[in-house]
Amino acid sequence: MNKPLRRVAIFCGLLVLALLVRVNWVQFVQADELANHEDNRRVKIDRYAQPRGNILTSDGKSITGSKETGGTDFKYKRTFKDGKLWAPVTGYASQAFGASQLEKLYDGILTGDDDRLFFNRTIDMLTGKPQKGGNVVTTLNSKAQKAAFEGLGDKKGAVAAIDPQTGAVLALATTPSYDPSSFAGSSDEDAEAWAALQKKENPDEPMLNRALRQTYPPGSTYKLVTAAAALESGDYSLDGKTDSPDPYQLPQTTGDPLGNDGNHPGCKDGSIRVALQWSCNTVFAKISDDLGNEKMQEMSQKFGYGEDKLDIPVRAAESVYPEDNRPQNAMAGIGQASNRATPLQVAMFASAIANDGKLMKPYMVDKLVAPNLNVVEQTNPEEMGQPVSPENAQKLQEAMETVVEKGTGKTAQIPNVKVGGKTGTAQHGENNSKNPYAWFVSYAKGEDGSSPVAVAVVIESSSTARDEIAGSKLAAPVAKGVMEAILEEKK
Amino acid sequence: MSSNLNVNTGSNTTVSPGGLPSRRNTELAMLIFAVLIPVFAYANVGLAKEGELPAGMLGYGLGLGLLAGVGHLVVRRWAPYADPLMLPIATLLNGLGLVLIWRLDQEPSITTPELGGAMAPGQLMWSTLGVALFLGVLIFLKDHRVLQRFTYISMVVALVLLILPIFFPARNGARIWITLPGIGSLQPGEFAKIIIAIFFAGYLMVKRDALALASRRFMGLYLPRGRDLGPILAIWGLSLMILVFETDLGTSLLFFGLFVIMLYVATERTSWVVFGLLLSSAGAVAVASTTSHVEDRVNNWLDPLAHASNDGVTETAQAMFSFGSGGMLGSGLGQGLSRLIGGIAPKSDYILATVGEELGLAGLMAILVLYGLLVERGMRTALAARDPFGKLLAVGLSGAFALQVFVVAGGVTGLIPLTGMTMPFLAQGGSSVIANWALIAILLRISDTARRPAPAPAPSPDAEMTQVVRP
Repeated sequence: MNKPLRRVAIFCGLLVLALLVRVNWVQFVQADELANHEDNRRVKIDRYAQPRGNILTSDGKSITGSKETGGTDFKYKRTFKDGKLWAPVTGYASQAFGASQLEKLYDGILTGDDDRLFFNRTIDMLTGKPQKGGNVVTTLNSKAQKAAFEGLGDKKGAVAAIDPQTGAVLALATTPSYDPSSFAGSSDEDAEAWAALQKKENPDEPMLNRALRQTYPPGSTYKLVTAAAALESGDYSLDGKTDSPDPYQLPQTTGDPLGNDGNHPGCKDGSIRVALQWSCNTVFAKISDDLGNEKMQEMSQKFGYGEDKLDIPVRAAESVYPEDNRPQNAMAGIGQASNRATPLQVAMFASAIANDGKLMKPYMVDKLVAPNLNVVEQTNPEEMGQPVSPENAQKLQEAMETVVEKGTGKTAQIPNVKVGGKTGTAQHGENNSKNPYAWFVSYAKGEDGSSPVAVAVVIESSSTARDEIAGSKLAAPVAKGVMEAILEEKK
Repeated sequence: MSSNLNVNTGSNTTVSPGGLPSRRNTELAMLIFAVLIPVFAYANVGLAKEGELPAGMLGYGLGLGLLAGVGHLVVRRWAPYADPLMLPIATLLNGLGLVLIWRLDQEPSITTPELGGAMAPGQLMWSTLGVALFLGVLIFLKDHRVLQRFTYISMVVALVLLILPIFFPARNGARIWITLPGIGSLQPGEFAKIIIAIFFAGYLMVKRDALALASRRFMGLYLPRGRDLGPILAIWGLSLMILVFETDLGTSLLFFGLFVIMLYVATERTSWVVFGLLLSSAGAVAVASTTSHVEDRVNNWLDPLAHASNDGVTETAQAMFSFGSGGMLGSGLGQGLSRLIGGIAPKSDYILATVGEELGLAGLMAILVLYGLLVERGMRTALAARDPFGKLLAVGLSGAFALQVFVVAGGVTGLIPLTGMTMPFLAQGGSSVIANWALIAILLRISDTARRPAPAPAPSPDAEMTQVVRP
């Protein structure tokens, strides 16, 4: 009986060997994958095992916090100071629902797990201290942000403000907003708060970051780009008469001709300065048609259109100037048809013009700071391109300043400050059936003639009667508030 | 197996010529380790969780030491030539199991009153009962061949034990429990494992020649006669019945595997293995395709990380995360999060997940090697046994033990579909620990008989009459 016995003994040994091989596979080969799997709660438990690092404004004030929960799994919970105000900047960090935006992108720094904090971590471990997270210092200005958010009030819209000289984002507000603190935990209340914010429950989409992630028809604000393309082509001058009829029959069409809001008499054959001052559709539609689709697309791209990986570092949606036929291209030239831009993109129009034609890449994180206050990473301003020459940029500045001094943008005037702006009222819906979008884009100049702020405001809909809707009435005061906040700071 | 051991015993033969050292002092030395290691583990948990030595440490250490000490003394007195490794390994596994269960008792989320509260005290009591049974077997079972008398009674008892759970409600989808009011619940399958091995050993010892020799050749295989086939088909049917009515994949696999192994050893015919495997795979496929419970298990096995029907994370996935998070060296005792598996599963079926997470790959491999060592010591006992019944019984018991370890550990680590059985000695469960102590006792008894020096041959009455004629 011993021969089969030995074989059985070998067989049993093989069974144990199979188990040993298997546990090596699971605990060695697959270990990392399993340990960091998204369903593995340990990842979240670790993330909230110590206070999370904070996100700071440019003046060093923290806009986030952490508090002890006393729960079994999660020792700490993320808190947000004035969450609704800052949600478009911070994003959320929830025990139950993951994280977004800066909270997600810089999770490693905030938890202290980032490779660049390895040294800190090791020292902490050796000295028996708990692991600490680093901080994320943003470029945002708390006063400007507040002015933007309060200016929007209960209207639906967004504000993006940037420093034209560096590209640093100064304000990034969106309404309606949400308080990320309300679902930062993992309780049933958090789940309810989360569910109530979803698009299904809430058609206003409070969690949509309109300033970065929503594209709108830019309306008349786009005329700045058309004007820039006209001047750059060399065929037009700022004050030279254009050969443009009023009303203007769109090429290849037979329907109603294109008219102008307010029917201002200056629009017929109006110069670029006059056409911007009174926001003449006829002049810019004709310029767009004369320059052609290709040139218009080219100029749009120089201003930042068609960039699908614009990371500031939260990724902004791509703005689009489509390839199109002549009548559509003419309409796109006045910011209608299929022309779509984010509020950030519109702010970049003014930013490039105010910075004498040089477009700086927008960014909102200034630096990452280790727990011991060493700077881990510093963002340096970066040039995106030069869409217009300095001379033409200065001409456009003159025109924009005319708009505010004596054109459609008078509501943005600030005493003793040179402000350049452009209003916009973008049609929206089939046959203009929905409330139009009210736009205002502007910059303000400091005493030395350079501009510290460019801002774009969009207001999606409003209870105001539609004929009253114009960028000037709704959006310009908001932009003015943001510019004032920045100018105040500079003094 | 272990060349060291052979050198030490001074013999390479499996059947001892007699005059061997008893090796009791080796056993004692190893027992000291087997007690100290769990005591240190206990201290480790306390230091990790509370920062101080746990209050019950002294009592626990003394208790475990006492059990091991008494066990050792009884072996020394009643089975002096028994295998020196089995008792220390069983003590170590049992002690570590107690520490692990106590450690999991420290997690409030899986120690709620609804889940039965703290389980370590109960487990300690069951372990004591198990050791008591171990002592009883060693003291009262003077010779394992006595068991041979109970061959057919064993069959009846085993059948009753296997069929009983059908009349009790299912738990966690498996019907393997019987509930006795006032005492608690028992898993009769654990005891049936031993009793059925006794029946097989007795039956096969008698029938082995008939099974091996009276067969027809068919396509290169020796097929048994119909009348010999009867009991085998009966066992096959019974396994399937257990599978269908008790939805207990593990137990049926265990019994069928056990029978195939013992049959093979008894008849020395490979054709029986082929025959047995064919039957079992046919049965498994038939049942798996009709029972949803089995189908779930198989699906979980194929995709362990898939979400449950309610989009939750499954126990299987949680166990995999435990293993993965443990990595090479583990988080350290008391610092893992295997409680995330939820319910009482981390203390019973999934106790290896805690081992894997907190002691790491290193600790888990050590535990598996301990099981392997125990099994192979049992196999060695079978090789050394001098009587066919002893051989068959020893190979049956250690084979069953090996299969159980493989089925449970393989299931938990995702090597094979999960089945509801418990890790011998380690997992929470009274029936299991008691039955396995009895199993070890029987193996020790067989090994004692095997290694005992043969009694001096009695003077033969013929000796006088036979004269040697010298030239």
